Amino acid sequence: MKRFSQAYWDEPLLKDLGRPGRVGMRVPTDPAIASRFRDPSSLVPASVRRASVNLPELSELQVLRHFNRLSQMNFSVELGMYPLGSCTMKYNPKVSEMIASSDSIKQAHPLQPSETVQGLLSIFYELERFLSEITGMHRFSLSTAAGAQGELAGVLMIRKYLRDHGGEGRDEILVPDSAHGTNPASAAMAGFKVVKVPSDETGQVRAAKVRELCSERTAGMMFTVPNTLGLFESEVADVCRTVHDSGGLMYYDGANMNALLGRARPGDMGFDIAHLNLHKTFATPHGGGGPGAGPVGVNRKLAEYLPVPVVSKGKDGYGLDYGLKHSIGPLKGFVGNSAILLRAYVYIRLLGASGLADVSSLAVIAANYLWKSLDPEAFPASHGKGLQRKHEAVVSVKSELPGAAMTVAKAVLDYGMHAPTVYFPLIVHEALMIEPTESEPVEMLDEYAAALNQIYREMKEGTLGEVPKNTSVGKVDEVKASHPMTLRVHW
Amino acid sequence: MLQKTGASSLDELFSDVPEEVRLKRKLRLPEGVSEYEVRRDVLARLGQNRTPPGSLCFLGGGVWPHYVPAAVESITSRQEFYTSYTPYQAEVSQGMLQALFEYQSLMCDLLGMEACNSSLYDWASAAGEAVRMAARITGRKRALIAGNAGPQRHEVIRTYTEPMGIKLDTVGFDRSKGTLDAEDLRRKVSDDVACLYVENPNLFGVIEDGVADIVGAVQKAGGLALVGIDPISLSLVKEPGGYGADVVVGEGQPLGIAMNYGGPHLGIFAVRDIKLARSMPGRLIGITTAVSDPGRKAFAMVLQAREQHIRREGATSNVCTNQSLMAVAAASYLSLLGKDGFRRLGETIISNSHYAAKRLSKVKGANSPHFSGAFFKEFVVSYDRARAEAVFRRLAKKGVMAGHPLSGLLGPKVEAGLYCVTEVHTRGDIERLAEALEEVL
Repeated sequence: MKRFSQAYWDEPLLKDLGRPGRVGMRVPTDPAIASRFRDPSSLVPASVRRASVNLPELSELQVLRHFNRLSQMNFSVELGMYPLGSCTMKYNPKVSEMIASSDSIKQAHPLQPSETVQGLLSIFYELERFLSEITGMHRFSLSTAAGAQGELAGVLMIRKYLRDHGGEGRDEILVPDSAHGTNPASAAMAGFKVVKVPSDETGQVRAAKVRELCSERTAGMMFTVPNTLGLFESEVADVCRTVHDSGGLMYYDGANMNALLGRARPGDMGFDIAHLNLHKTFATPHGGGGPGAGPVGVNRKLAEYLPVPVVSKGKDGYGLDYGLKHSIGPLKGFVGNSAILLRAYVYIRLLGASGLADVSSLAVIAANYLWKSLDPEAFPASHGKGLQRKHEAVVSVKSELPGAAMTVAKAVLDYGMHAPTVYFPLIVHEALMIEPTESEPVEMLDEYAAALNQIYREMKEGTLGEVPKNTSVGKVDEVKASHPMTLRVHW
Repeated sequence: MLQKTGASSLDELFSDVPEEVRLKRKLRLPEGVSEYEVRRDVLARLGQNRTPPGSLCFLGGGVWPHYVPAAVESITSRQEFYTSYTPYQAEVSQGMLQALFEYQSLMCDLLGMEACNSSLYDWASAAGEAVRMAARITGRKRALIAGNAGPQRHEVIRTYTEPMGIKLDTVGFDRSKGTLDAEDLRRKVSDDVACLYVENPNLFGVIEDGVADIVGAVQKAGGLALVGIDPISLSLVKEPGGYGADVVVGEGQPLGIAMNYGGPHLGIFAVRDIKLARSMPGRLIGITTAVSDPGRKAFAMVLQAREQHIRREGATSNVCTNQSLMAVAAASYLSLLGKDGFRRLGETIISNSHYAAKRLSKVKGANSPHFSGAFFKEFVVSYDRARAEAVFRRLAKKGVMAGHPLSGLLGPKVEAGLYCVTEVHTRGDIERLAEALEEVL
């Protein structure tokens, strides 16, 4: 095994750095203007005038050192394997960053007239067509800022559509027990009651179960395919028909679309609404937690319900349309996360139809290969016996020890590799959720499996010791941190 | 590889996808091309956009032209930051965690607040979350929205709160000064009000000099005072905590983030009373120590029981992916400018904007500034004869993006546009703006 030691800088807080009077950036000032305003702050009424602002006082180099040192204490995709299940931590093409750093987008103001941003709008128009073709949906709104906002848009559309069609009493949304937390949270935000759909012993949702739970109160169902166990939901078409028959709408959570590019489309499965996480499937960087983009698509009957704006094309060129007849309204102040949308467009252009299909093939092979490389005694699969995995595999850590999955997660950090997602989905005991993505070469998958198997052996033999030990800091005391007084420092 | 998976072919790995939902044709997309070709084509198309330095931008309203220092771009271009995920594994993610903690601390001082989350999507969605939080805390279903707050925030608040059955009432504003109408507020505030959402400076760029009374009035009725801000204005304008705001939301874009045609930006969300931290949406980072070494400081995500991955339908919000990288930009921006630089920046901005307002007042047919209230970096110009929409389009044709029309907001008879002047504008730029306006009016 390779040796690894993460950088550690005993880096002080900003407030403990610097000296009074130091400034890291010279502010532009025009002496001819400045001379007219001897005391500019007096232009602010005394009742709301600020005395002083408490900020650090550092040189430019000090600021760079501070943040560069912090960056060295941060694991990332370009440093090593990052197989967080459901997060799709794939390689983010450098050329996308380069293009997104162009002044032609950075300096574009969202309120400038559409005739002055035709270049960007033409790209968005095409991106919308691409996403519609990839998912089999009729139309997309690119405006939603992240997957969860796409979900919220989706359930708000369900609500509004039903109200316009005599379904005011429909106040329940079905959500499988294996779903991401954002699903029930989004449904609740839109005013729905959440009805949990239990998965069967294979880890799938059965249409018969859905039929039992459907009633005149059913507004719809949020469904992730493949599901969070990495399994394709074999009865998805039946589930869609069942919910439709009872008068509800079907929402596709696109978090796991990376498994299906060019193979299957939510529109063809029967879904009415679908969102995509561009920061997952379409390779835009995740930024340490964000930004992302979560465009939401719909079939024909819901097209007028999309969140505004949508990109339009008319005789005068491209524009932003805020006038959809039944729109749920805007969810974001301005346009969308445009610089993220641009990166996703670049990714699709680089790969094209064949390349995108290869992405899913390779992602699925990688997930199955890695899964089969794990010691089945140590890491049994709790669900999906005999079934292929799609983009990810979920296993249990077989151990009497409490917190075994967390121990494995911390131990793998010591190898210079990131942990899988742990303790999710909630229906799996001591869960490890592993999604290698198409980006990893086979030798990396071998290394990862070998590390997990080795960790398990050491756990069993009692030789593992304290983990992690090669990271910037050892195990972090999260209990102590969970007090509101730890949220800031006072200057 | 295939052998190990137990499948005999690639297609077999997809044999669990039922025939009826399988896509039996190729996607109708163009085939992929080389990096060089994509770059050339996309940059050529982007080149059709009219943006600085080839044109001038004097637009504001919630996104503003400011200088993004090279050092900030260098920091946010570190792959260690931008290719990482949410710092779920604290031990390998101390860098991002500390950077976000620094952001929270810096913002708390800037805003005069006790707790700030590590970001939401943008100003408008943060305002939507704030009104929802106020309704949850007070159990009330009516919210007052300042009529001189940005329409983008107003609309998004409506989308966010409609499912909770919250009724929005607009409070009017003083037609000559541009500030909130205190009389109208007194008429509309009552003990069924969950909150008032007010912006300072407001949409017209006007500073609400009576904001302390406004805040006091809604708090007296048992509602929460939610204040929307442009963080740069806090270089010279009092921090909202200083006049008693309960919740502050705002747009962090001016703090080292490009305009990006609408995003990604940075939604600011902070509360004055630490007790409200448990009701907040969004991620929070806390300072702690390593378990085995209590002398070594460490950082972790905290109070996660509020969040969707733990609480599911009971969560304070559905937010998961946020704008972390933008928070890092803001933290590095504030550190670069520092105490003195930030104040000097405010002085340059307010001087430039006042210089520009005065210059435009000399343009025939233009009333600049339209409102008599004090302003920071934005101001309204009304036109004697011209239609605001036509002025806006004609200025753009001349390569000057300025005067976004305030359609209908000032009444049916007033034609006016919003202008924003900051540190990026030189005297020459302002002259060019004035000349262009002279030509189109």
